[in-house]
Amino acid sequence: MSSKITLEVFRYNPENDEEPSFQSYEVPCNKDWVILDALNYIKDDLDGTLSYRWSCRMGVCGSCGMMINNEPILTCAAFLKDYLPGPIRIEPLDHFPVVKDLIIEMSDFVEKLKRVKPWIIREEEPSLSEGGYNQTPAQLAAYKQYSMCINCMLCYSACPVYGLEPEFLGPAAIALAQRYNYDNRDQGKKERENVISQDDGIWQCTFVGECSAVCPKNVDPAGAIQRYKVESTTNWWKSVLMPWGNK
Amino acid sequence: MKFFKPDQYVIYYKGYPKLYIRVKPIFWWLKKWSSFFFILREMTSLAVGFYAIVLILMINAINQGPEAYAEFQTWLKSPISMALHLLALALALYHSITWFNLAPKAMVIQIGTNKVPGFIISGLNYGAWVALSALLGWFLLN
Repeated sequence: MSSKITLEVFRYNPENDEEPSFQSYEVPCNKDWVILDALNYIKDDLDGTLSYRWSCRMGVCGSCGMMINNEPILTCAAFLKDYLPGPIRIEPLDHFPVVKDLIIEMSDFVEKLKRVKPWIIREEEPSLSEGGYNQTPAQLAAYKQYSMCINCMLCYSACPVYGLEPEFLGPAAIALAQRYNYDNRDQGKKERENVISQDDGIWQCTFVGECSAVCPKNVDPAGAIQRYKVESTTNWWKSVLMPWGNK
Repeated sequence: MKFFKPDQYVIYYKGYPKLYIRVKPIFWWLKKWSSFFFILREMTSLAVGFYAIVLILMINAINQGPEAYAEFQTWLKSPISMALHLLALALALYHSITWFNLAPKAMVIQIGTNKVPGFIISGLNYGAWVALSALLGWFLLN
């Protein structure tokens, strides 16, 4: 087992570079090191100019997602030893503009996320005497999976539709809309429908399925989108066949 | 560039005036097997389209009379037609199988706190497929 492994890191400095380039670093291949540890080693001991995002180191914050050998992955959850003999190619998340080195510009995602209103919408708050917001385990199970999303944007990087049609609302935003749609406390389904049932919403999705394959939290955004398609189609037929049933 | 609209993100644009934008290459789907199989699944629609045209041509031939229909049947038996039919069959099967495998994603049934396992949903779909095909076959052969 070799004790060193080479990292080929995407470098782009907006102040000096017209085009990005790859820089190789040799790092110790400790068996308990993840790629993020190796990046921190580079930053601390080899090259302080390298820029990247990270925070929690334990798959919760969703900041350290990068393209590792062309696959979007959380670098805190990818062990160096699994990539032996190397080299490991590290790039910023696909489909997003690059700010510097491994840092991407994510405001497109943030804006889309806001558009689906990912919060509980109520016409009026239930009073405590009525039981407040009590939920049964079954009501929790209906949306819990979608609530696990950590906004890491790996699904946007995996989605070729988003890469080709940037107007697409995208996997995580729709999954998070569904997280609230399936929540029995929420009453905002109709408000979200205007955003999600559009061409740039669910109907851009061609069910590649890659978003669910790369999701580190098993949110299954692809499933969330298909469920919405079924529901949206059913609603449309209902409105055509039974126009009186809408009210 | 459609992707990044500076006027929408004025604050960010001022801070980072020189973003680097990567363009997706035309042959992006050749880089990964999963992408290739996805594009292949999309391409199966061409086989379905081909078969729709064959059916239209057949109806046209029937409409024109027995001679035209006999001529059409000779074409159907030609090696080119046989090859195209086999290809269309293979693609249609690929499409159906991937479709049934994906069915559990769109169809989630919750009983209590548990969700019905995916293999049961796709299994029911396969079952319905076999049953309907058998029924259709029985009608055609009798």
